[in-house]
Amino acid sequence: MAKQVAIDGNGVHYTPLNQQIRKAVADGADEIVISNVLGQRFIGDGLRGNITIHIHGVPGGDLAIFMSGPTIIVHGNAEHAPGNTMDAGKVVIHGNAGDAVAHSMRGGKVFVRGDIGYRGGIHMKQYEDRCPILVIGGTAQAYLGEYMAGGLLLVLGLHGPIKTREIGSGIHGGEIIIRGDVDDACLATGATKVPLTDEDRARIAPVIREFAGDFGLDPEPLINVEYTRIIPASARPFVGKYTWE
Amino acid sequence: MAMCGIIGVMDRKRRTMDGSGIRQALSMMNERGSGEGAGYVAYGVYPDYRDCYALHVFFDNIRENKIIVDAALEQWGTIEHDEAIPTYDQPNLRSVHTPWRYFFKPDPSLAPASTSPEDDIVSALVMRINTARRGALIFSSGKNVGVFKAGGWPEDVADFYRIEDYEGYTWLAHNRYPTNTPGWWGGAHPFNLLGWSVVHNGEITSYGTNRRYIESLGYICTMYTDTEVVAYLIDLLVRRHDLDLDLAVRALAPPFWEEIDRMPEAKQEWNRALRLTYAPAMMNGPFAIVAADADTMVGFTDRSKLRPMVVGECADRLYISSEEAAIRAMEPKVESITMPAAGEPVIGRVAP
Repeated sequence: MAKQVAIDGNGVHYTPLNQQIRKAVADGADEIVISNVLGQRFIGDGLRGNITIHIHGVPGGDLAIFMSGPTIIVHGNAEHAPGNTMDAGKVVIHGNAGDAVAHSMRGGKVFVRGDIGYRGGIHMKQYEDRCPILVIGGTAQAYLGEYMAGGLLLVLGLHGPIKTREIGSGIHGGEIIIRGDVDDACLATGATKVPLTDEDRARIAPVIREFAGDFGLDPEPLINVEYTRIIPASARPFVGKYTWE
Repeated sequence: MAMCGIIGVMDRKRRTMDGSGIRQALSMMNERGSGEGAGYVAYGVYPDYRDCYALHVFFDNIRENKIIVDAALEQWGTIEHDEAIPTYDQPNLRSVHTPWRYFFKPDPSLAPASTSPEDDIVSALVMRINTARRGALIFSSGKNVGVFKAGGWPEDVADFYRIEDYEGYTWLAHNRYPTNTPGWWGGAHPFNLLGWSVVHNGEITSYGTNRRYIESLGYICTMYTDTEVVAYLIDLLVRRHDLDLDLAVRALAPPFWEEIDRMPEAKQEWNRALRLTYAPAMMNGPFAIVAADADTMVGFTDRSKLRPMVVGECADRLYISSEEAAIRAMEPKVESITMPAAGEPVIGRVAP
């Protein structure tokens, strides 16, 4: 039988809160439900293990930072940089999230049902079989995928098309896939649009299905529709920008 | 990331709140501070002296320094009342200045050439006393408004002044993490001149340009930190140049040239004019700012959105903060939470 642990986060600083979470994991909990969370940062910091954590409230910045394995489900909004340098596991946010979502993420998945702020996916990276995935249900603000070095960033635009500037500013690896057409004026220097191939579509379909499943959406209208794929303009798009070779 | 915590709240119907709520909200963001400065400003705190300029002063030493301020004020008007601002020792707060307040009525006949003689007399007195560096610093000078700040953590500063004893309909608060200059009492936020007060998270990298500009127009920077210049820029653009608030914000944080190039022609024209006219007032670098006067509260960020800003609404109350959690700490039933676009002002006005 699954072992569930309940934690009341009301007024608890993030250090003792994370200590309680670690103790529950060490004691063999399968599921932790944390209620009355308000602004505590670093929840799940460096946490490992096969466990699901439900957060009720608004967790503070850097949720799931360095986390490697667990699943965190947020029943509310998140603040800045959920999934910061996350290694593996999954973060599911039922509301919106702040700036720098999935900052430097290196593996695992971050799913946001609503909108995110500026610099989503900043410096995401990948290495061999580690490929982080960030999916946004709503829309994203400027500098999406800034300095992106790897991974997949998918924007579903469920509430309308994306209207922002400097998408892929400094991108030199990875891919940004956005439902619908994206105006050239939205793209940053060094980012370029390419057609989505059948292979690409087959690759993102399971991600869309998983996202839809997590939020109770019908995935089919999101599969065979137009997507714009944005990638670095070349292998070294910024050669000569700061130095001469 | 993105240090310093800011929060502002305005009640559009001027229903007052005591300071305990914003104290709690600010302490939610202690991770953003370093214990070297915190402060609060409240509008509506001095209804008994609503027609007087409330001057808050830090004295280094009452016996030696107060006589200078008394003499300067008496030369330019009438001190209706003055007293020590009540304070309550806090173990973690090193008490290095004595906060004092004057309720002052300038004599307008002494500045006959001015169209706003009272404001001009008070603003000139603030500059003169602060630059004299004779152990007196005026850090708050508006009517029916008071800044309460010191070097310390938000709770200690709030308890030092017993901020819960004050009732205001608009409050701003700031939790400081100084990065470029040492923390001191005068460098804590909010910064105020006459009606306008400012709290700021970030750094104004254009400080040198902005300071040269503002000092060429009669302001003098004395607080060793960048935010001071923002308070003076707002006073210049809004009070002295009478710009609409949204235009003033656009002058301080204008759209990028490539955005202006894409605007319809008429809009291009005035955006260019504004950007060229106020080029030395333009602020660069990362910032999130909340400013207020007796009738208004405005929040805006730098054009690249390098600092966070969240807006909450609940009935007549407008909240602007670095973090959603701080708003929810004050208003658990908040009805809407949004993130304003970079450089776009969020403006709240009290009902007339």
